[in-house]
Amino acid sequence: MASPVLQIRDLKVTFSTPLGPLVAVRGIDLDVSAGEMTAVVGESGSGKSVSFLAAMGLLPKSATVEGSVVLDGQQLVGASAKVMRSIRGRLMSMIFQDPLSALNPVHRIGAQISEMLRAHQHMTEKAARSRAVELLEIVGIPQPGDRALQYPHEFSGGMRQRVVIAMAIANSPKVLIADEPTTALDVTVQAQILEVIQKVQAQFGTAVVLITHDLGVVARVCERVNVMYAGRVVERSGIHDVFDRPTHPYTRGLLASLPHAGADRLVPIVGFPPNMLKPPSGCAFRTRCLHAVDACGHGIPELQPIGESMTACVRAKEVGVST
Amino acid sequence: MLRYVLRRLAWAVPTLVLVTFLVYVALRIGTNPVESYKRINPRATPAKIQQYIDVNGLDPNYVRGYFRWLVNFVTLDWPRSIKGSREVWPQLKDALANTLRLGTAASAVGIVAGLMLGVFAALRPGGRRDVAVNTAAFVGISIPPYVSAILLQLLFAVYWSRWFGSTLFPTSGVYPPGQMGFDLGLMLKHMVLPTVVVAIQIIAVYSRYMRSSLLDVLSSEYMRTARSKGISERRVLFKHGLRNALIPVVTIAALDIGSIVGGLIITENIFSYPGMGKYFLSAFGEGDFPLLMPWMVIIVASILIFNLVADVSYAWLDPRIRLD
Amino acid sequence: MAFNRFVSHRAAVVSVFILATLVIFVALSPLTARYGVNDAVQAPPNYFLSPRANAWLGTDDIGRDLYSRLIYGVRVSLVIGLFSAIISVVIGCLVGAVAGFRGGRFDDIVMRITDLFLAFPFLVTLLVMRNMLGAISWLTPVIGKLSSVRFIIVLFSIFGWMGVARIVRGQVLALKEREFIEAARAVGASRWYIVRRHLLPNSIGPIMVALTFSVVSAIIGESTLAFFGYGPQAGDGATSLGILVGQAKGAVNTGFWWLALFPCLTLVTIALTINFIGDALRDATDPRMQKEE
Repeated sequence: MASPVLQIRDLKVTFSTPLGPLVAVRGIDLDVSAGEMTAVVGESGSGKSVSFLAAMGLLPKSATVEGSVVLDGQQLVGASAKVMRSIRGRLMSMIFQDPLSALNPVHRIGAQISEMLRAHQHMTEKAARSRAVELLEIVGIPQPGDRALQYPHEFSGGMRQRVVIAMAIANSPKVLIADEPTTALDVTVQAQILEVIQKVQAQFGTAVVLITHDLGVVARVCERVNVMYAGRVVERSGIHDVFDRPTHPYTRGLLASLPHAGADRLVPIVGFPPNMLKPPSGCAFRTRCLHAVDACGHGIPELQPIGESMTACVRAKEVGVST
Repeated sequence: MLRYVLRRLAWAVPTLVLVTFLVYVALRIGTNPVESYKRINPRATPAKIQQYIDVNGLDPNYVRGYFRWLVNFVTLDWPRSIKGSREVWPQLKDALANTLRLGTAASAVGIVAGLMLGVFAALRPGGRRDVAVNTAAFVGISIPPYVSAILLQLLFAVYWSRWFGSTLFPTSGVYPPGQMGFDLGLMLKHMVLPTVVVAIQIIAVYSRYMRSSLLDVLSSEYMRTARSKGISERRVLFKHGLRNALIPVVTIAALDIGSIVGGLIITENIFSYPGMGKYFLSAFGEGDFPLLMPWMVIIVASILIFNLVADVSYAWLDPRIRLD
Repeated sequence: MAFNRFVSHRAAVVSVFILATLVIFVALSPLTARYGVNDAVQAPPNYFLSPRANAWLGTDDIGRDLYSRLIYGVRVSLVIGLFSAIISVVIGCLVGAVAGFRGGRFDDIVMRITDLFLAFPFLVTLLVMRNMLGAISWLTPVIGKLSSVRFIIVLFSIFGWMGVARIVRGQVLALKEREFIEAARAVGASRWYIVRRHLLPNSIGPIMVALTFSVVSAIIGESTLAFFGYGPQAGDGATSLGILVGQAKGAVNTGFWWLALFPCLTLVTIALTINFIGDALRDATDPRMQKEE
C-alpha cells in the first residue's frame, strides 16, 4: 500500500450552538493513499462531510477543530488562513453535492475555471482561458470553446457537475474530495459523473475521497471504505470485505437496507440517528443495534482488527460474520 | 434587448394616457379648476369665467375635457397658471432641475453610504457592529423627514449662530435672497441640510437591503466553492459576493430614483427649496390645475421610465434573466 | 417557540414596555394630564414659557401646557393609527385572500390598482385622494368632513389595505402550492374551510407584522398631513401629534426648542417602538426561522 498522502488523526470538530456545544466529529483516524479512491460512507449527520470541510478549512467560525490533519507532510489544523488558501485548490480541492448552486450564476464558466488556475499558477489570462477549455474537454464537455463562454444556467445538472470537476482538477491537486457528487443527479447521469471522476483520477494520479451515503456508488468505484456513524469511524475495510464480510452491525444494517438482486425484501435500520447534542454513552449505535448488551454502554469502542477489516464493536467477534 | 426596450416604451404610451386620465379626473373633482379660478379672481364676470372654461377646454364631461387637455398638452399649447397667469414650462423646468440636483446628491450619498454600512453589518452577522448598524437603521426609518429637518433647522438656523456667531449651513432656498447668477459654493452650501435629511432615510433603507441581500448570498453554496479555490477573502467577497448581492439592490435603486422626482415634497418645503415638491404643494394649495397636470405627467413618465431601467439593469446584471 | 424568539429580540421587549407605559399614560389622561386641552397654565404672560415646575415641557403660543397637550395629541394619533390599521388589515386580508385564491381577472385588476397607487409618491396620492373624496358631497355622511378624524381614518384605510392585500395574496399563492392544502382539497374540503382552517392561521404572522407597520404609517401619515395643514383640524379643541409637530415648524426660527423637541421625540419614540415590535414579530413568526429549531 502506498504511503498516505492525507493523514487524519484524532480529528474532532465541535460547533458552538445556542443549545450548547455540538460535537459533530468525535475523534476519527483516516488515511488517504495516493492514486487510490477511498470512500467515506454514512447517513447524513454522521460527520463525514464536516470532517473534510474541516480539513479544507471551510467550516464556519462557530466550529472548533482539534487533532491533526497532515497533507503531504504539512499540518493543516491550526495553519494560518494564508497557508490554507495556498493549499485549497492547489493541493486539495473539493467537489460539492449540488452542482446547480455550486457555480456562481453571474460569471462565465471559463472565467470561473481560469480564476482557479490563476489563483495558484503564474499564468496570463489568455493562457488560463485556453487551459480552461482543455479542462472542459477532459471532463467530456462537447464544444468546450463555446461552452466556456456560457453561464452556469445554460448547462444541465450533469454538465455543471463536469464543470465543477474540471475546476477542481485544474491545478492537478494531490487530493480531490468529492462530497456526494452524484446525489443531486439523475441515475443515468450519476454513472457518467463517476466515470469522469475515475478518468481524471487515473489521468492525474489524484487521490480521491468519495463521500456518500450510497453504498451502491461505493461498490462501483472505490478500493477502500470507511463507514462513519455519529462522528466516529465504525468500520474500515477493503471494498470486497465490506460487501462480503461486514463486521460492524451498522454496516450490516446499511447493506440489508440496500436493494440488490436476490433480496426478498429490504430491511431498514430501526430508529433514528442519535441527537449529536446528547449522543448516547458508549457505542453510539447501541440504541438501534440488534446485538446491544450492557457492555456496549461502557466506553466508546475503538477500531480493532477483525480479519482483514478494522471494526469498532465490542461484540464483533461474538456476533460474527453472519450475512 | 433593443426590441424589448422599444416594445416597453410603446406600451408606456397607453399606460401614460390611462394614468393621466385617472389623475385628470381625480384633480378635476378634487381641485376644481373653475372654483380655483373664481377664488383667485373674485371679481371675474360670468362671461370671463365661461371664456376661461372654453380656452382651457374644461368640459363638464371629463372624457371630452381630458382629450381637449391632451391635445393642448401634446401640441405644447399649455394653459397658463390660474394664479398670476404665468407660463408653466419655465417654472416646471427650474423645479425639475433643482429636484434632480438635490435628488442625485442625496441618492448618491445615501445609497453609497447605505451599501457600505450594509456590507459592514453583514460581514459579522449578530456581532456588535451589526447590531449597531441595524439599530441605527431602525432609528433612521422611524424618523420622518420633517422631524429631522426641523431639528437640523433648529440647530443650524438658531443655535449655531447663537453659539458660534456665524451661519454654517443656510436653512432655506438655493441662494441667499438677492443673489443673482450662478455660484457653485453657495449652491452646495444650501444643499447640505436637505441632502442630509433625504440621505438619512436612504441610508437607513439601503443598509438594510444590502445587509439582507448580502447575508443571503454569503450563505449560498457558490461562496463556499469560491472559498475552496484558495482565492483571497477579499476576492471572494467582492468578485463573488457583492456582485450577486447588488443585483436586487440595484433594481430597487432604479425604482426609487424614479420616484424621487416627486418624492422630496416634505424636505423641499421645509427648506424652501424650489424643486418639484415645493412646486406641487404650492400649486396644490392654490388648486392651480394647469400647473398640476404637467407635473403629474412628468411624475408618471419618470416612474414608467425607471421601471424600465430597473428591468433592463436586472437583465444586464443577472445573466439568468432574459428580456423578450 | 414564537414567543421565545420574540422575547429574545431585546429592543422589542424594551419597546413593548415603553409603548405600554405610553398607552397607559394616554388612556388615563384624566389623571395624567395636568390641564385641559385648551387651558392656560397661568394668567398672562403665559405664552412660550420654557419648561418649568407648572409646565414641565413648557407652553405654546397661547400659554397652553405642552405636556398635557402631548397626552391628548398622542391619544388622537393612536386612535387614528389603530383604527385605520385594523380597517386596512380586514379589507386587505379579504381582498388579498380572494385575489390569491381566485386569481384571474379580479387578481389582475387588484394588483394593477395597487401597483399604480404604490408607485406614486405617497404624499401626492394622499393629498389628491383627500381632496377628491372631500369634494364628493354624497360621501360626506359616511366618511365625515374633510377635517375630521373619521375622514383621516378612512383615507389611511384606503391606502393601508393595499400593502396588506399584497402580503396576504403572496402568502395565499405560496400556501396554495403546499401539500396540506392539496390534501385538504383532495378530501373535498370547501374553499371557505380551507381559508379558515389553513390559510388564515398560517398567514397570521405576516398579518400581525403588516398590522404593526400600518399603525406606524398611519401615525406618521397623519402627522405629515397635519404638518402641511391638511390634517384633522383643531377647531373643537382636540389636538393630535401631527398638529403639535406642525407647530414646531413655527418654533424653529424663534428658538423655542421645547416646542420642536418634545413632539418630535414623542413621534419618533412611538414610530421606533412599533417598528421594533414589528421586526421582532416578523422574526418570531418567520417560518424559515422555525425550521432551524
